[in-house]
Amino acid sequence: MNVAPFIRTRKLGKVSVETVTLAHGGGGKAMKDLIDDVFVAAFDNHALAPLEDQARFELAELALHGDRLAFTTDSFVVDPLFFPGGNIGDLAVCGTVNDLAVGAATPLYLSCAFIIEEGTSIDVLRKVARSMAMTAREAGVAIVTGDTKVVQRGACDKLFITTTGIGVIRQGLTLGVDTVRPDDVMLVNGLLGDHGAAILCARGDMALDTLIESDCACLHGLIQTVLAAAPGIRFMRDATRGGLATVLNEIAEASQVGIEIDEAATPIREQVKAFCEILGLDPLYLANEGKILCVVPPDQAEAALAAMRSHPLGRDSAIIGHATDGQPGRVVMRTVFGGRRIVDMLVGEQLPRIC
Amino acid sequence: MKYVDEFRDGQKARVLIKEIESLVSTMTMPPERPLYIMEVCGGHTHSIFRYGLEGMLPKEIELIHGPGCPVCVLPMGRVDDCVSIAENPKVIFATFGDAMRVPGSKKSLLQAKAEGTDVRMVYSPMDALTLARKNPDREVVFFGLGFETTMPSTALTILQAEAEGIENFSVFCNHITIVPTIKAILDSPGLQLDGFLGPGHVSMVIGTAPYEFIANFYNKPMVVAGFEPLDILQSIWMVLKQIKEGRSEVENQYARVVPDGGNAAALQAVSKVYELREFFEWRGLGSIDHSGVKLRDEYARYDAEQKFAIPNLKIADPKSCQCGEVLKGVIKPWQCKVFGSACTPEKPLGALMVSSEGACAAYYQYGGVKRFKEAV
Repeated sequence: MNVAPFIRTRKLGKVSVETVTLAHGGGGKAMKDLIDDVFVAAFDNHALAPLEDQARFELAELALHGDRLAFTTDSFVVDPLFFPGGNIGDLAVCGTVNDLAVGAATPLYLSCAFIIEEGTSIDVLRKVARSMAMTAREAGVAIVTGDTKVVQRGACDKLFITTTGIGVIRQGLTLGVDTVRPDDVMLVNGLLGDHGAAILCARGDMALDTLIESDCACLHGLIQTVLAAAPGIRFMRDATRGGLATVLNEIAEASQVGIEIDEAATPIREQVKAFCEILGLDPLYLANEGKILCVVPPDQAEAALAAMRSHPLGRDSAIIGHATDGQPGRVVMRTVFGGRRIVDMLVGEQLPRIC
Repeated sequence: MKYVDEFRDGQKARVLIKEIESLVSTMTMPPERPLYIMEVCGGHTHSIFRYGLEGMLPKEIELIHGPGCPVCVLPMGRVDDCVSIAENPKVIFATFGDAMRVPGSKKSLLQAKAEGTDVRMVYSPMDALTLARKNPDREVVFFGLGFETTMPSTALTILQAEAEGIENFSVFCNHITIVPTIKAILDSPGLQLDGFLGPGHVSMVIGTAPYEFIANFYNKPMVVAGFEPLDILQSIWMVLKQIKEGRSEVENQYARVVPDGGNAAALQAVSKVYELREFFEWRGLGSIDHSGVKLRDEYARYDAEQKFAIPNLKIADPKSCQCGEVLKGVIKPWQCKVFGSACTPEKPLGALMVSSEGACAAYYQYGGVKRFKEAV
């Protein structure tokens, strides 16, 4: 994106205290200082800096990227805020960028709203804002508008972030969860379950030390590569909460097809397998923040796989299964053992088994 | 994963299945029904579904999913008692994760938590003791749940609390014991069972001797089985071999974990801390004599039943619920009147729909062989 250099005409405020108080949400000087010092300083760009109540875009400029707008929103409430492999700020940018990208949109602009619990350290906010800025820059998106609210202690957990994204979809690309046909091939771009396992470990209630890191990443680049290699691609979705199993069920339901996946072909890190084994969890339901499921017609599967593997975020990509004309809505896994089991939607939260 | 993948080898599974098939082909079958083998333990049920074992076995063998899921057999009144203890504002109520969803007559612990009750999920009773250390002004109650597998760790935690002089810790003891329950099942009228897979982890604590009566008095073969899919197939083969040769013995397939004499240190802690209750109420099975344990009087100060006023009301299972018949193997989960309609994992009516180890939840989630064959 071409952004003209913006010459700032006003002096930015400065925060002089160490923690956020209700005053920082009061609408007065303290709030302005916080926004200037922490957020504007980090996200600095020509659309944000004038601090109007809204960001403004040239329609003509948007139209250069395609013929339809993509618009999405997501909230981030992860605990802990910082975890191996990233932090809530990385997630807030990657999550929304990915939600745009899987619809074949070029992600362009983000908004971000912060709900901050009083007592949160300003330093934490700075770190999160800097991460967001860096991740956004790498993803080629600009954070162009935002909001901050401060709530009383206990009314939220340290920091919640909502990001909303705008992207533009290229002419001729229409992906849909209901377009999958029998024999279409399912691919993932790497090892599953890292984020979910990393977060559970980072919370510290399991007394398990692992080296598992979140896979949090912006996937627009990888997705561009796949779109180029497999133009007939039917559908993509990032396998976040609910994991791969949930996405597969959503496809089977919407497209009224059966899906069969092969446990042996499904890439999962040894540490994640062991982690799940100990706690009685199923890695298919663990969250990912840098993994997508792609569905492509059979004749483009190899091309898609090769393209994915050529990208740094897709080195461990694999074909994990295909759609079938079996019972519509049903996802079946061929187990490593040679049996078959149904992979259903998760009912509630995954709870560890007693023994 | 080392020491795990070896027991999930599909190649070896095919060899074992062939062996099972050829054994079955030379056996005299009971008239007009398959051979019924009950896996007592919920851990086995979980593996059977997770690896799709039912679909791999010849149709002459049917697995009956027994009562060995401690979460499933918990009566509603007991869950109400948990909620009542947890609702005391001084209390931090610590429980294993899968007990949180079990419905009480009014609410589950998960619902109580949502309403502001301090319910915490722990992985070990020792984690609950840590909570007690960290919160000296609160009363931490651990929900002691499970068969002989988890009984010793609760006992050792109580002994640890005593050694450290921690007074704000207690256990709501709902530990149960498997042997009287197997006996109750064997005594139930109209029972058709040809053999048992014995619970591996319970046996790791109690050894294999307590099952001798099954072989000697009821003439049923019992093979103590491990939890990996190859363990289960091999154990089924061992049960079949006994049936074919007209033997009924207790055999130990899981010798790499289960010593025939059990674990002396664990048993010592268990007998130090607990004594048998006269009877214990099981969901679906009713009251079974000597099937539960409570804390001995010496440990009364760690006994939540002594520390707190507990309603202790008996709540009858819903009338439409047929968990008892499923547990005894009289009907299959999908033959229950409310399976998948009034009773689903989202809104479990019966206990077997609650935990992923429960037969009904497992069928609902993973699809049982019969429904599976219709479906796929």
